[in-house]
Amino acid sequence: MKDFPYTEKKDTRSGFGAGLHQLGQTNPNVVALCADLIGSLKMDAFVKDFPERFFQVGIAEANMMGLAAGLTIGGKIPFTGTFANFSTGRVYDQIRQSIAYSGKNVKICASHAGVTLGEDGATHQILEDIGLMKMLPHMCVINPCDYNQTKAATIAIADYEGPVYLRFGRPVVPVFTPADQKFEIGKAVMLNEGTDVSIFATGHLVWKAILAGKLLAEKGINAEIINIHTIKPLDVEAVLTSARKTRCVVTAEEHQMNGGLGDSIAQLLAREEPLPLEMVAVDDSFGESGTPDELMEKYGLNEQAIVAAVEKVMARRK
Amino acid sequence: MSASTSPAAEATATRSVAELKQIAAQVRRDIVRMVHAVNSGHPGGSLGCTDLLVALYFKVMKHQPEPFDMNGVGQDLFFLSNGHISPVFYSVLARSGYFPVSELSTFRKLNSRLQGHPATHEHLPGIRVASGSLGQGLSVAIGAAQAKKLNGDDRSVFVLMGDGELEEGQVWEAAMYAPHHKVDNLIAVVDRNGQQIDGPTDKIGGLGDLRAKFEAFNWEVLEANGNDLEQLLPALEDAQARLGKGRPVMILMDTQMGFGVDYMMGSHKWHGVAPNDEQLEKALQQLSVEKASDY
Repeated sequence: MKDFPYTEKKDTRSGFGAGLHQLGQTNPNVVALCADLIGSLKMDAFVKDFPERFFQVGIAEANMMGLAAGLTIGGKIPFTGTFANFSTGRVYDQIRQSIAYSGKNVKICASHAGVTLGEDGATHQILEDIGLMKMLPHMCVINPCDYNQTKAATIAIADYEGPVYLRFGRPVVPVFTPADQKFEIGKAVMLNEGTDVSIFATGHLVWKAILAGKLLAEKGINAEIINIHTIKPLDVEAVLTSARKTRCVVTAEEHQMNGGLGDSIAQLLAREEPLPLEMVAVDDSFGESGTPDELMEKYGLNEQAIVAAVEKVMARRK
Repeated sequence: MSASTSPAAEATATRSVAELKQIAAQVRRDIVRMVHAVNSGHPGGSLGCTDLLVALYFKVMKHQPEPFDMNGVGQDLFFLSNGHISPVFYSVLARSGYFPVSELSTFRKLNSRLQGHPATHEHLPGIRVASGSLGQGLSVAIGAAQAKKLNGDDRSVFVLMGDGELEEGQVWEAAMYAPHHKVDNLIAVVDRNGQQIDGPTDKIGGLGDLRAKFEAFNWEVLEANGNDLEQLLPALEDAQARLGKGRPVMILMDTQMGFGVDYMMGSHKWHGVAPNDEQLEKALQQLSVEKASDY
């Protein structure tokens, strides 16, 4: 098992803020909108340095999505910022009609996704957003794993023509991916080559998969760990190549089983290469108040849950 | 070819009210024929808003049909928020040169660019955003108006909404936003025909005093007769004269649903129903033009 040293922990939302600020300096067409959550989205630096390109929308997310669609008409590249819950479920029809069906070049940037939002509880902890967004035709769905990757993804999506859903979160997590990484949309990242099982993880669960890989190595299990930062379009080749090698698959994500990464990979395997698969995800439940770590444990989203899923799926392998 | 030198733009400046009335009659013929051909679509609101769209596209707006530019920099832009009145939009776009008039015969048919409600992914020139699910167009128009300001583009943005549509909450989010952000290059029009699918708006939605409501939101508000070009054109000029003064402009435009076809006029029953063969003939007799050029 490869080692993944890190020197600090940071929140992925700060990676978004840093990436957006850099875009402000490098791309004059980038504009930003926020629905009364500048601090939570870490958009302060952009607001301070590019006030003429920032639009405070207030607590009016539906209007924000429409404004963003309109701003593209004239060549702007709007980045909307609010919590994941208010970026998706609250404004689904606005995104569907004015952005996705209309093919608008809007970047929907969503923080506080999943249970790691913590104490605010289930009203704010959306676990359905990946599914909602990936169902929309032509919507690109990205869920990076740490600060550096979120910053790189933020910068990369400005050069991608079309609607993007960029999902990130609130808790501080180890910063282990390179600061100078080139973010390739739709390209999975091989973290650890292995032979016994393929673990496909996204977002905060990527670090948990690395921790699980170490525990598995102690048990003599050589796990292949792949970071799927882009859920749609899925890196079909990377998934199939790994699955065909290891013959069993575990997916891991901070999302419902229904509609998430595991669902996408299960569909792919069922069509192309039927193999045993276990999903580490929330099983048809809302979240609740608690600390992020407590919630990740209660809802089965940590390294122990991944290890258990690996042992189960390896036992099912023929 | 720039918009300012196009033949369409030059003709626009000199077009008389009499000519506009002929164009409006032709557009109304298109509307009833389009919905009759597929036995579906929305003739009522389309006929009611014909005079406005003809005034905008054939007189008031500076725009360039060909080649169509999605960004529309240097042009006035129009957004149709109440997308169900697509027949009038399609007819006016075709007749002002965005696409062939003959294509109106494909309305609502399989593999057509003329979807039941306006869409962009078929790349029909003149459509800049999909609409149909109500309440979204004002926000989009405000965004486009703000993009114009960022681009140093001094042209304006127009948006049309239905009055029943004002029951959607997003409209009021947008109505609060635009004056607060001094979006003063925007003219919004409400088609106040007083009708919606289930009946009169005052029985269903309780729209109340719209002038007072929009004035309270700090809009510049004026009212106009939307079915009399002699009154509507000066109202649009008045609206344009009020731009650039820190506030968006709202025109509360009174129309009759189904205007121009007597048996459709003023009733919500013709919101989304097509005429039969006999009714079509009757409508076309009432919508006579000097030189009909039906597709």
